[in-house]
Amino acid sequence: MGQLSLYHFLALGAVLFALGVFGLLTRRNAIGILMAIELLFNAAAINFVAFAKYVDPNGLAGQAFAIFIITVAAAEAAVGLAIVMLIYRNFRGIEVDKINFMKW
Amino acid sequence: MNAFIFYLLAVIASVSAFRVVTARNVFHSALFLVLTLFSVAGIYILLGAEFLAGVQVLIYVGAITILIIFAVMLTHQISNKSIRQTNEQVFPAVLIVLIFFVMSIISLFLTFWPMATAEAGSDNIFRIGQLLMTTYVIPFEVISIVLLVALIGAIVISRREKRSGD
Repeated sequence: MGQLSLYHFLALGAVLFALGVFGLLTRRNAIGILMAIELLFNAAAINFVAFAKYVDPNGLAGQAFAIFIITVAAAEAAVGLAIVMLIYRNFRGIEVDKINFMKW
Repeated sequence: MNAFIFYLLAVIASVSAFRVVTARNVFHSALFLVLTLFSVAGIYILLGAEFLAGVQVLIYVGAITILIIFAVMLTHQISNKSIRQTNEQVFPAVLIVLIFFVMSIISLFLTFWPMATAEAGSDNIFRIGQLLMTTYVIPFEVISIVLLVALIGAIVISRREKRSGD
């Protein structure tokens, strides 16, 4: 066990980011892809907060940027889910590999 | 003690994140996403960012996942389990993700981080508020405009258009 260090938190961020990328690459469902993107945002925010604590404890810039990340994630979720609803109305399904009418 | 709590939260977060990206039922993924976000809030508390943990629970768990669950309810046929949830690229994706993960772990341990020796202060919330109103006031204002635009954009996009024919 031992003492916690910066590496523990960065490794956790890497695990979450890798899982998010995996979901992003393999999901067919548009909402599943949005959830994977939320995982990516969280991994990045963990890294920011870990750096804020271990590298620059008096600056707190990392925590301020994590707040910005959460805000952007909220905006992204609102617009993304609105687009998903629109796609569902037009295609009766949200499987992203079927929505290829802009390809040709 | 802190290390034990960290490992507990990290295991919960990783396992539930794995279930988020692999669960066959999208609704289950959304519920596992809630679990992941809660454990990340616990990680924030371990890192001394209590305000951020509160924001995480309020915005992520309280707003974003509820939005996602609404969208799942409105679009996905929950009873229909026969719909395949993954595409044909699972094997290449596993390969790419493994390579990426190993490379990021290696570079993480090879990089020299300028560690600070001072302990973090305890009045986080006061100092974050001060930062947002002085150093980061421009990003703060821009992010509020981004939120407003996203709000209006979501309404405009999801509005049912009136066609002249009917």
